[in-house]
Amino acid sequence: MAGLELRAIRKDYGPVAVLKGVDLSIADGEFVVFVGPSGCGKSTLLRVIAGLETVTGGAVTIDGQDVTRVPASDRGLAMVFQSYALYPHMSVYDNMAFALENMGVAKPEIDARVRRAAAMLRLTDYLARKPGALSGGQRQRVAIGRAIVRDPKIFLFDEPLSNLDAELRVATRKELAALHAEIGGTMIYVTHDQVEAMTLADRIVVLNGGRIEQVGRPLDLYNEPANLFVAGFIGSPRMNLLPAGVDAVGALTLAGRALAGVTPGAQLAGEAVTLGVRPEHVGLCAAPEADATVAVDLVEQLGGETFLYASGQADLKLTIRLDGQVGVGRGDILPVRFDRARLHVFDAAGRARPLGLAPRSPA
Amino acid sequence: MTANHRNAGTTRPAAHRNRQHRSPEPMTSPAPSAAPVRARFAPFERLGLALVRLFDPPMRAVQRLVGVGRMPYVFLLPNALFFGVFVFLPIGINIVFSVTGGTALFPSQRPYVGGQQYAYLLDCGSYLEPATCREDHFWRGVANTLKFTIFQMIAMVLFSLAAALVLNRPIRGRGFFRAVFFFPVLLSPVVVALIWKWILQRDGLLNAVLTTAGGEKILFFVDPGWAMFWSVFVSVWAHMGFYTLILLAGLQAIPRDIYEAAEMDGTRPWRTLVRITLPLLWPNLLVVLVLVLIRSVQVFDEVFVLTGGGPGTATMMIVQYIYTTAFANQVQNFGLAAAASVLLGLVLFGLTLLQLYFTRRKAA
Amino acid sequence: MTGIARLFTARRGVGRLHWTDWVSYAFLAVAVVLMFGPVLWLVLSSFKTPAALLEFPPTLAPVAQKEVRVEGYPQPLPLFSVPMEDGTVRQLAQVRRVGIIAQMVDPASPAATVRVPVDKRTPVREVAFAFENYIEPLAKFDFLRFLGNSLFVTVVATLITLVINSMAAYALSVYEFKGKSLAMLGVIGTLMIPITIILVPVYLVVTEMGLVNSLWAVILPGAATPTGVFLLRQYMLTIPRDLIEAARMDKASEWRIYARIVMPLSLPALAVLAIFSIMWRWNDFLWPLAVLTKSEVHTLQIALNAFQGELQTQWHYLLAMTVVTLAPVAIVFAFLQRFITTGIANTGMK
Repeated sequence: MAGLELRAIRKDYGPVAVLKGVDLSIADGEFVVFVGPSGCGKSTLLRVIAGLETVTGGAVTIDGQDVTRVPASDRGLAMVFQSYALYPHMSVYDNMAFALENMGVAKPEIDARVRRAAAMLRLTDYLARKPGALSGGQRQRVAIGRAIVRDPKIFLFDEPLSNLDAELRVATRKELAALHAEIGGTMIYVTHDQVEAMTLADRIVVLNGGRIEQVGRPLDLYNEPANLFVAGFIGSPRMNLLPAGVDAVGALTLAGRALAGVTPGAQLAGEAVTLGVRPEHVGLCAAPEADATVAVDLVEQLGGETFLYASGQADLKLTIRLDGQVGVGRGDILPVRFDRARLHVFDAAGRARPLGLAPRSPA
Repeated sequence: MTANHRNAGTTRPAAHRNRQHRSPEPMTSPAPSAAPVRARFAPFERLGLALVRLFDPPMRAVQRLVGVGRMPYVFLLPNALFFGVFVFLPIGINIVFSVTGGTALFPSQRPYVGGQQYAYLLDCGSYLEPATCREDHFWRGVANTLKFTIFQMIAMVLFSLAAALVLNRPIRGRGFFRAVFFFPVLLSPVVVALIWKWILQRDGLLNAVLTTAGGEKILFFVDPGWAMFWSVFVSVWAHMGFYTLILLAGLQAIPRDIYEAAEMDGTRPWRTLVRITLPLLWPNLLVVLVLVLIRSVQVFDEVFVLTGGGPGTATMMIVQYIYTTAFANQVQNFGLAAAASVLLGLVLFGLTLLQLYFTRRKAA
Repeated sequence: MTGIARLFTARRGVGRLHWTDWVSYAFLAVAVVLMFGPVLWLVLSSFKTPAALLEFPPTLAPVAQKEVRVEGYPQPLPLFSVPMEDGTVRQLAQVRRVGIIAQMVDPASPAATVRVPVDKRTPVREVAFAFENYIEPLAKFDFLRFLGNSLFVTVVATLITLVINSMAAYALSVYEFKGKSLAMLGVIGTLMIPITIILVPVYLVVTEMGLVNSLWAVILPGAATPTGVFLLRQYMLTIPRDLIEAARMDKASEWRIYARIVMPLSLPALAVLAIFSIMWRWNDFLWPLAVLTKSEVHTLQIALNAFQGELQTQWHYLLAMTVVTLAPVAIVFAFLQRFITTGIANTGMK
């Protein structure tokens, strides 16, 4: 078990910069998830940590030891590949034992470790089989088992659930969380699926365009996104991002109307800003209290919750999440109000700005 | 080390595309019956694993010594050594041989003679008449090889094309017939030549058939014309299966629906062949043509065993001339043989470039 | 049998036979006779006694004249059937022949001799396989040793080829390194240099290594085949890179990745190369002819060739030994026919 330190990691493929200076430190025993859209560099970053890619600049330190120039096989890390990369010509047992044989572990010790991991992953009955004769979920577990037997310093996961169907993905996600709780190793996990990120991570690293956008605990990212990208990326359905302005006294204006009690401050006066509000923080209200009036375009009734997709004047598009079942239909005109305590304002550069809020009025 | 595999065609890209479909991770479970077979191979497997383990510590040490980044050179080394010692070095020596004289084998003991060997080879009264040349055997060989090549190329392409066209039809037992054409390819040239020598000899099967039909016995290996005819025939017999296979693969790559469209248009079979099949097969045909050319320029084995180059020098080919000059004659004239092989090499080099060009154009 | 009949009378599709079908089947029928016939004739002939081989016109089956032992004569006597004057036909043994008259005895009553004109009698034949055609050369003329030499060359050379070619192919498919394209160029370049061109200098190299008249002189020069490197490399390129990286993560050394991951996964391509190599080596002629001059190191092919010159062609031995040389190839082909033909069709090499 070990901690990891990345300093100013750069990676260029010819003229294309894939990683543009990444700094990150990961504590011992932490479960960290790299998340971001495809092409953001998250897989490259993982492969840099693994030692499968050389860096153009920067340093990788594991347990205080600089391993930037150490080849993958000597770093003592284990990796679960997206394709699982099981050796098709070896049995499940041999797949798990291969690394231990490479390390020169004694035969009885290998056997004990493989059987322990197999029992943990419910693979005992399949040890003699070849990967080709296993289901997708079983192959997935073999890939994890191959990592576990190693007792590695750090576990690396490269989108390990993306080849599973939806149901299995949920089940395996839970198993992974339980596994981390049980063996407690340092784990770095790459995914493009924010549900996996939110449910598994101790900390999430949001990557975009080869840079870290924000690092933090899942709910911190959700509640306090540091910038427009994170705000839009975390949360489903997406946060409503509405074009807004700031008037001369520093109050927020939406579609030309001042939003009572929201004052980003005079230093932003006259600037175009973006107002962020999550769908669940938009509520129905009486007409006089309304921040906006919208017409319903589409209603999605999920039983436990209801999503409304609505539009108002000046190209205002809103997604609204309401608890339970709501008797609203297409074309209905609704006055809505934003939860003052849960608003986000981003400046023209996309950075989150603190909101000067008037004391919350009892609704 | 035969001429065959050194000069074999480049691999066909289509094949590799096919291979990529074959997932290395088999989706089907191994059949239970595979277990006993596996058990039979177990000793070999164990031997192999033992060998792997034996080489592991030294190779690990090498890896530590040179680093992972230089390991590819380590893996390349044995093959490169062999290539260097037995191919690249000899090319250099060959050129040295060809510009030196005498009978010594070791280059340093051979006096430099410049272009004399080449001049001697190329000294001719008339290039169309081998007898007027100083080294008339060489030119006899060139003339024979040329004659052989032309006849063989025409016959080979015609017969293998016909066979491929027939095999591409919806006939029963295609696999069997394909094997019929193909199996002589695997026979050694010596065996092939002896089989036919036995049939063609004075009291052989063919003469028996001829006399039964009321004809006269023919001494096939005494008549220069017949000897050349049978050299070509036997060579076509032995190798046409290979070219048939390549052409058949080309034919099967032509999409079926093109033929169906032609059938809907009411195209007659002959027209389909001339206007659709042959134009689409043309790239393959070109490759085959050049391959046959490269092989027949180097022809030696079958003809040498079948006729011994005779009668006289009627079927002596260039390669036989080189072999005889260097090894079989009383006086081993390495310089002359080397000069002749450099000339042959230049021709082959040109032909191989042509082949690579056609292969690449086909792939494009 | 009906299956074979149907084979020649029906086409796979529906409907009646078109004239082109008739032409096709006629072509194939001629091809079967022309392709199989000579080999069949060779095999049949190889079982004939020297006397039967001299017959003209030859008989199809290996037959020999029947001989009988007759009381009072130390040698077995040849048996003839002779039409008698009373119209019956009797089988008589010939004691001796004087001019156009043969003295014959009835094996049942050896006391009385009968005089028969030579042109009246016809020999009595029986099918007889002359196995001694096989046994004698193997014992007397060292053919067993030639067979052993050929086997040794084939097996050892194929093993070396497989190992060094696969190592080179592994380097050229899995790694990126400086000089990779140069190495590829070298492989393609050697593709263009047949042994026929460098016969003399390779002979010098082999001589300098002190290998003349050693089987290693045949084995080593052709061990690194450019075709083999090519074939294996193309196949290895299709192995997912993930597997190799997974092995690196599993702390495997590069040697173990080669030996335990890439080699087992390349088995189909290795098998194809092995079969090709076996074929090349078993049938190799020109180079062994140049470099093996002592008869104790001859391979089968060279021995066969030498045999036909040196013994004024003792056909009965020569034919039998030709069959011995041909048999392994034929057996391999019978079992792996489909594998070999698809291998060749896919790679375009031989």
